[in-house]
Amino acid sequence: MTKMTDMLLEVKDLELGLVHDESNLIVRQASFDLRPGEVLGLVGESGSGKTMLGRSIIGLQPGAITPRGGDIVFRGRSILKMSARNLRRLRGSEIGMVFQEPMTSLNPSMTIGRQLEEPLRQHTRLDTARRRARILDIMERVGIPEPGDRLDDYPHEFSGGMRQRIMLASAMLLKPALLIADEPTTALDALVQRDVLELMIELTRQEGTALILISHDLPMIARYCERLLVMRDGEIVESGRADDLLAAPQHDYTRRLLQAMPERGPVRSFDDSTTPVVELRGLEVEYRSRTGFLARTSRKKALHGIDLRIRRGEVVALVGASGSGKTTLGRAVAGLIPASGGDILFRGLPIGKHDANWMDYRLNCQMIFQDPFGSLDPRFTIRRLLAEALYYQRNLDSAERDDRIRAAVREVGLEDAHLDRLPHELSGGQRQRIAIARAVIGRPDFVIADEAVSALDVTVRAQILELLSELQRQHGFSCLFITHDLSVVEQLADRVVVMRDGAIIEEGPRDTVFDRPQSGYTRALLAAIPKLERTATGAVLNWRFGANDPLREGAQ
Amino acid sequence: MSIHGTNRYLGGFLIGCFLIAALVGLFWTPYDPLAISLGGKLLPPGGQHWLGTDEYGRDVLSRLLLGARSSVSISLLTVTFAVFFGLILGTLSGYARGWIDRVIMLLTDTLLAFPSILLALALLSILGANMFGVILALGLAYLPTVIRVVRGAVMSLREREFIEASRLMGHPAFYIMRCHIVPNCLAPIIVIATSMFGSVLLTESALSFLGLGVPPPAPTWGNMLASARPYMDRAAWLGVFPGLCISLTLLGINLFGDYVRDRFDPRMRGL
Repeated sequence: MTKMTDMLLEVKDLELGLVHDESNLIVRQASFDLRPGEVLGLVGESGSGKTMLGRSIIGLQPGAITPRGGDIVFRGRSILKMSARNLRRLRGSEIGMVFQEPMTSLNPSMTIGRQLEEPLRQHTRLDTARRRARILDIMERVGIPEPGDRLDDYPHEFSGGMRQRIMLASAMLLKPALLIADEPTTALDALVQRDVLELMIELTRQEGTALILISHDLPMIARYCERLLVMRDGEIVESGRADDLLAAPQHDYTRRLLQAMPERGPVRSFDDSTTPVVELRGLEVEYRSRTGFLARTSRKKALHGIDLRIRRGEVVALVGASGSGKTTLGRAVAGLIPASGGDILFRGLPIGKHDANWMDYRLNCQMIFQDPFGSLDPRFTIRRLLAEALYYQRNLDSAERDDRIRAAVREVGLEDAHLDRLPHELSGGQRQRIAIARAVIGRPDFVIADEAVSALDVTVRAQILELLSELQRQHGFSCLFITHDLSVVEQLADRVVVMRDGAIIEEGPRDTVFDRPQSGYTRALLAAIPKLERTATGAVLNWRFGANDPLREGAQ
Repeated sequence: MSIHGTNRYLGGFLIGCFLIAALVGLFWTPYDPLAISLGGKLLPPGGQHWLGTDEYGRDVLSRLLLGARSSVSISLLTVTFAVFFGLILGTLSGYARGWIDRVIMLLTDTLLAFPSILLALALLSILGANMFGVILALGLAYLPTVIRVVRGAVMSLREREFIEASRLMGHPAFYIMRCHIVPNCLAPIIVIATSMFGSVLLTESALSFLGLGVPPPAPTWGNMLASARPYMDRAAWLGVFPGLCISLTLLGINLFGDYVRDRFDPRMRGL
């Protein structure tokens, strides 16, 4: 006999382990419970076991992972002891799930209408007309305009945010009692992320559905959840009400997570009279595409006449949503894609095609990429990777070259022993350190960092940011820091440039842009990002969902 | 041990036998494989001639050993030819794109439009049937496959950030192709080269069987099989032994090829 409780879900001492390796546990002694309609946040860095814990609740853990102990009880029934058939019946109808990548969780060769119809066919006895009515109703509620016209569209015809809304619609279609959302908005822009999350909260609230929100993003999750669980290395290290947990974190790891939140750096002043290191004058980039053999080439402007001056030693942050052209701008400035108009001036001289100034610029403009694995040749040792970057420093003899390589590795906090390793033998953070070392080893005047910390875990991100600003101070290079993450900008940037639709819409000193944003878009962008402000013991959120929303109040 | 593991060793063993036979055939054969002895023709397998003699009284075992030698050299040289030029052309095509890509792809697609055996037949009738003709014809016939595979690998590689990072350091295209692109697409090359080896062996035998391979009296497994045809009812061993050699070697290569593919394809690892 199971004891009757008012809990919707009870996880008791759950242990998850590998099928072939009994000594290794992925999740240890996880216990928590969930009341109907409650919103619970599960926070942790990559590898903390949060996804496995979430998936095991509906028996969707990968085949190599199996429960080793404990129990999961949903409405008085043990999920672990349930037959595959009953489990299948439970999924979708009583427990729904939303995954991170909406493009891969929707079938690309099936229309949205049919995909939404499938769970209704499986779990209900509604006829065609009623099914259609239900689908149209939910599509309207998740905010898809003209749902009747869009039923026959395929997933690729929707934007990322729309696809995630459709995923949400399909998960909520059967009014489940529990919705599990695993990093549901990580792939989306700040503004879209906010819309989708608020929609998700509102929808679950209306239906009385409980929600487990799984994410690495502590401020985001704290904004929307009543209760938080913090996971690390397979263990729940801390749990409690979101506000309490933030205000006075008990566990060391939670404290470190909060300390990893970026803080605003000091204001530095720059001399405006000297020649800027890099100057853009009316830079334009066009993408051309030919649709058919004889068809006219169609042109699409990705950048509309960008003017920008980057002074010596200055860090300029380039912020914008995806599709705003910020990455295109970075790549055009680096010379990876050709500009279709305008000029790039290096130390006041326009760079031509392959003249002396071009080569000078080429060696003085380096880039740090987002993915530290993709930017390092997997077959090169660290030593060779760094040596490659010094190839054109002709004035160095081999001993000096070797010294420079050693110095560069130590400078980024690694050791000589790492020199003979291959990239895959290093962690993500270490790889990004190498990518940074490679970019600055030739003492360039200008470094472009394209989402250089976006792929990293919060605590690692803080260390890499610290390293970057330290190197920047030490070597004095100018930096164009491209990111969608405004919180990162605050720590590092001297000046902030906001882009939208291929044009600069706001530009100014960091404090001005953050404290007195001029354009409505910047204001919306700033408000969309959950931010933690540090207090003596912990932190408080700048605002919580549902209460004193500065943007909405300001608009009214 | 899994079936998979056993297959690997069986494949390795069969290839080993084949290579040893080819090596032995290089230095020593029980009899002169070309010596005609009209007195001892069509002798069944037995004490004097382990695998019997053919219609001219030549020792079948000796001829098989010599045939292994020519099969190995033809297959190896053909694969080397196809991989060498395929790597160059495929890398150029995938990295340079533009008109270079279009020209190379036009030629490749033209070649691909013909079945490789038909193409080899046509080329051989122009080049003349000798060992180098065979290698050139087969090499050209297999070239498009390599170009296609390399081009695909290069096109996805060139979008990777480490290639862009290298461009940012000011390295010229040739350096990038040589140091970053080619080493990183070796894995798929090794995989197709292995499976190609078996395929070339079979095609070469088929060509010999059709009378367009290495000309007699030099033995190959294919032409031995071909010349055995009229005697199948009286002297079955003439066809059975070369046939067995071809089948077993191919089996070995295919089994081993699966293993090589699994080793080099990270997606197959851990399955």
